[in-house]
Amino acid sequence: MSNVVGLTRHRLFWPLVALVGLLLANTLRAPSFLAVTVRDGQLYGAGIDILRNGAPLLLVALGMTLVIATRGIDLSVGAVVAISGAVATSFIASSPDPSSPVTVLVGVSIAVALSFVLGTWNGFLVSVVGIQPIIATLVLMTAGRGVAMLITGGQITTLNSEPYRYIGAGYLLGLPVSVVFAILVFAVVAVLTRRTALGMLIEAVGINPAASRLAGLRSRGIIWLVYALAGTFAGLAGLMISANTMAADANNAGLFIELDAILAVVIGGTSLAGGKFSLSGTLVGVLVIQTLTITVTVLGVPPSVTPLFKAVVVIAVVLMQAPLVQSRLCSRRRSTATPTAPAASEVKV
Amino acid sequence: MTTTSDRAPVVRMSGISVEFPGVKALEDVDLTLHPGEVHALMGENGAGKSTLIKALTGVNRLSAGTILVGGQEQTFASPAQAQAAGISTVYQEVNLCENLSVAENIMLGHEDRRGPFVDWRATRARSREHLAALNLDIDPASSLSGHSLAVQQLVAIARAMVVDARLLILDEPTSSLDTDEVQQLFAVMRTLRERGVAILFVSHFLEQVYAISDRMTILRNGRRVGEYRTAELPRLELVSKMIGTSLEDLEQLQAAPKRAETVERGAPYLRATGLGRKGSVEPFDLDVHPGEIVGLAGLLGSGRTELARLLTGADRPDTGTVEVEGRPVRLRNPRVALGEDIAFSSESRKTEGIVGDLTVRENIVLAMQAERGWARRIPRKVADEVVARYIEALGIRPANPEAQVKNLSGGNQQKVLLARWLATEPRLLVLDEPTRGIDVGAKAEIQRLVANLATEGMSVVFISAELDEVVRLSHRIAVMRDRRKVAEVANDDVTADDVVQLIAGTEVPA
Amino acid sequence: MVTEHTTATPPGQMSGPPGPGGAQRRGPGLPALLQSGPPRLDRRYIPLAGTLVVFGAMLLLGGLRYDNFLSGAVMSNLFINNAFLIVIAVGMTFVILTGGIDLSVGAVAALSGILSAYLFQAGWPALVVIPLSILVGSLIGLVVGVMIHYFEVQPFIATLAAMFLARGLCYVISLSAIPITNETIVSISGNRFALGGGWSVTPSVIIALAVVAVAVVVLHLTRFGRTVYAIGGGESSALLMGLAVARTKVAVYVISGTCSGIGGFLFAVSSRSGYSLMGVGLELDAIAAVVIGGTLLVGGSGYVLGSVLGVLELGLIQTIITFEGTLSSWWTRIVIGALLLAFVVLQRALSLGRR
Repeated sequence: MSNVVGLTRHRLFWPLVALVGLLLANTLRAPSFLAVTVRDGQLYGAGIDILRNGAPLLLVALGMTLVIATRGIDLSVGAVVAISGAVATSFIASSPDPSSPVTVLVGVSIAVALSFVLGTWNGFLVSVVGIQPIIATLVLMTAGRGVAMLITGGQITTLNSEPYRYIGAGYLLGLPVSVVFAILVFAVVAVLTRRTALGMLIEAVGINPAASRLAGLRSRGIIWLVYALAGTFAGLAGLMISANTMAADANNAGLFIELDAILAVVIGGTSLAGGKFSLSGTLVGVLVIQTLTITVTVLGVPPSVTPLFKAVVVIAVVLMQAPLVQSRLCSRRRSTATPTAPAASEVKV
Repeated sequence: MTTTSDRAPVVRMSGISVEFPGVKALEDVDLTLHPGEVHALMGENGAGKSTLIKALTGVNRLSAGTILVGGQEQTFASPAQAQAAGISTVYQEVNLCENLSVAENIMLGHEDRRGPFVDWRATRARSREHLAALNLDIDPASSLSGHSLAVQQLVAIARAMVVDARLLILDEPTSSLDTDEVQQLFAVMRTLRERGVAILFVSHFLEQVYAISDRMTILRNGRRVGEYRTAELPRLELVSKMIGTSLEDLEQLQAAPKRAETVERGAPYLRATGLGRKGSVEPFDLDVHPGEIVGLAGLLGSGRTELARLLTGADRPDTGTVEVEGRPVRLRNPRVALGEDIAFSSESRKTEGIVGDLTVRENIVLAMQAERGWARRIPRKVADEVVARYIEALGIRPANPEAQVKNLSGGNQQKVLLARWLATEPRLLVLDEPTRGIDVGAKAEIQRLVANLATEGMSVVFISAELDEVVRLSHRIAVMRDRRKVAEVANDDVTADDVVQLIAGTEVPA
Repeated sequence: MVTEHTTATPPGQMSGPPGPGGAQRRGPGLPALLQSGPPRLDRRYIPLAGTLVVFGAMLLLGGLRYDNFLSGAVMSNLFINNAFLIVIAVGMTFVILTGGIDLSVGAVAALSGILSAYLFQAGWPALVVIPLSILVGSLIGLVVGVMIHYFEVQPFIATLAAMFLARGLCYVISLSAIPITNETIVSISGNRFALGGGWSVTPSVIIALAVVAVAVVVLHLTRFGRTVYAIGGGESSALLMGLAVARTKVAVYVISGTCSGIGGFLFAVSSRSGYSLMGVGLELDAIAAVVIGGTLLVGGSGYVLGSVLGVLELGLIQTIITFEGTLSSWWTRIVIGALLLAFVVLQRALSLGRR
């Protein structure tokens, strides 16, 4: 009994229930939904599609998780996605030999380096200049797509380059390259945050900045780092997206991806107020969102209704997290226990 | 009845008790406030002053007791209801809107209106009247942010008087004012007193209390010590009543064997020369030797906390120098101080101490880890050993390294913090109120621990509101008053009586 | 010609800080400001002064570089093309003055636009369609306000959810653009009243200016308006002062939703169609306009007229880039971003100076 209660209390319980529920609904509707077929040693199926489409979102959401853990937010990731794709495709397309792996490698490196610089710029505004994160990243969000268009010359740059296509459509070990890559980055971030002390220090800064300062943490450096990482990951996502379509669309690449990423983080149980974060929660959140997107099509609902679904999910999730609802739930759960002292702290962001 | 010389009290609170989960914040407290009198509410941190005010203004719910306002029993559910009954409060932090004009800050919510529109002309005229009633000559149309804190404070009082307050509560209104500004505030308070308003005045500046108040009620540990006429209570007695050690007790303590065995005074571990920060603490000199406990005695607001913050890089000094083992150092921030093996435990356990959502283990290794940098994680085995050692040594309960710190009791949270600082193996440990708000047993344990640490050679700066604690532990006592270090005495050639006098500022021993 | 128009677009009047009648009522006001001279410029007016300087500089740049730039026709078009954004920025100003933010304005505007087009198509009379399409915005604003105040959801997240909600409803109504053919509306909106000197106004401009006027009056002459500022100055202070914080906080989102509804309707009518993808990213323009217009993002300080200037500055950037010819349109976004950065840094510097 207590085990069951403990299970439902686990912070990934409800997101996982949602995910399983969605998958179940799909399977009932289309029994072959979860079927995976093997062709030429490569896997195909709706499940694989979810993973493939979710790969860029996962990258962006990983960076967003770290940023949110420090009480921040990064609105500019969509713009960075656009810029990164624009830089890589423009460079490769204008080079004498677009199909040379070296060219592609150089182009990709430039794009990632630039994304890192953009992330560093956000981090500078937040940690050094001290501007609220939402505003600081709004600047790049506004200007970023203009910069991307500047790079592509306002055209949708299309590209013919086999090595570049491989990033978006290739297969490795039977899985789409982008999926393998996203898993790799997930593993790297997990190791980076949980095998070093970075994760704990990020959480400490997010939960109690004043105490962290007295404990001698380099909060400024940590905050700067998470924005730089978020920018870099957005850049990687931008490469995947542009390689998937073999084009750089400065206007639409990564449009609203920041919102999906924030949503995935929130669904995964990381509080927007900062502090404890869960990378696996974010992974589940990304899967829920991607499955939701596919579910809409499978159920025969016009794909255009997806935002409505998302709206309902966001509202449900944030209301569940709301103090009013939480205290109601808590008091019902343990009506005899002493109520917690009212939190005097008022956070104005 | 109405014309008797001793007018009926405006407010009579009797048998007031307030309980928070697990804590009795107030127990059986009485408070009587008369019209045309300034009544000072005295007590140290945690004595229950603000709880009592909040009980009166409807913020805290009473668990026992009655409040009579003008003879009628009242229960207020909110500050707004208290205000409607003529009880207005002005807080230490000016609770006005700096972005609005003076007139708006006084009148907002009570403006003159024509239809739905505010009649600014009439509103400003009325606000000018309210300012004039307090002898304040400022332009109602000017922006509040352009005025000094003192004037803002007076504007807050003007606002409080708009609703015809019978009782005005001033909760530490002077803590950020300079001498002239305080006089301006007092002039206003006298004007109001003459008009028959009752004023409840909270301040930790004794001079001011003696200058303005007619009567005072002293609280200690949530209980009422007594009510006195200000003129009849010598300052020395007031201090000892607030600190909670009667003079006889202090003498006894003096007689008891205490740790005055002189420390071998070699070179000091830390030497501060002319260290100061404008508006927080006047320049002071202080040496702390290895193995020595230096106690900081002084009332709340005397600058004891501010001094500690300058020693540890928590605040940046404007003037003065610090030497660590003879080397000049600049303690730019806490990290630099930790690098010099100086650890600081803040008095604000919740806001500057614990990281609530993290575990006991993470909280203990936090400072240690910060010193190593994020890339070199303390190996789990080492961390577990350190944590187990401190949980054992300090008796942290529950003895579970994975428990979330926010779920621990105050005393155990304090022990976790001590463990955090001790884990960095500091050579100077600065403890600001490490025993506040924790139970007697934990208090004694922490005191014992501090004494042992010093015996092992660690330097300690120890701050406490409780004088007996300071006297019992310290080798030397630095006395703070009015943001200045006024004296420094070795604990073996001074009586506790002297310390009380130094704190109260009644007599300066040779 | 050039100088004539620089004075004809009187930035001085625009700046009269609290609007009609307000200049004498609050603060040092403009006259006092001019007397005391720049060194004693009240801190509150520095961002607004920045806005004016930028606005003046743009007019000057355009006037010096291009013929006809300062003509009545060009300046009128500035208003005509941006009338809907002015209305939306007014609503956003209310929200930002309380220290909040509204990301849903673009989607709500689109919803209002497509709903009106849909209802017109279904043959509903304008007298029903117009209030309905505006009210849908108010309703979403109400939901947002309740989420923010009573459920303590961060404004950012609550309005984000509203954005998804409104956009989703748009898609439900129609994926493709719906033309507006209602004759009365088309003929009314097609009117252009000449004012002489090449200046002219359209009904949308008149509506926009009316909304601005109402907003100025509400913000400066009603208790509600002052409460909006008080909340931005410090919500806990406002609460302790006994002001109606809850009601006001919910109301600003209702106002923003309503303004988005009006703005969306104006846009749909002027473009003769409702489209579910209209106004993607419009929230960024609205926020940028408000910030460039000198309103502090932390709340409590700023003016509706500043936001109007902000919108006009966005329009001027576009106009200048069009006049330049060789510059591509994407420079608009880059310049807006740069301007936004400048104002955000200015705000930060001011708040540091205060402490």
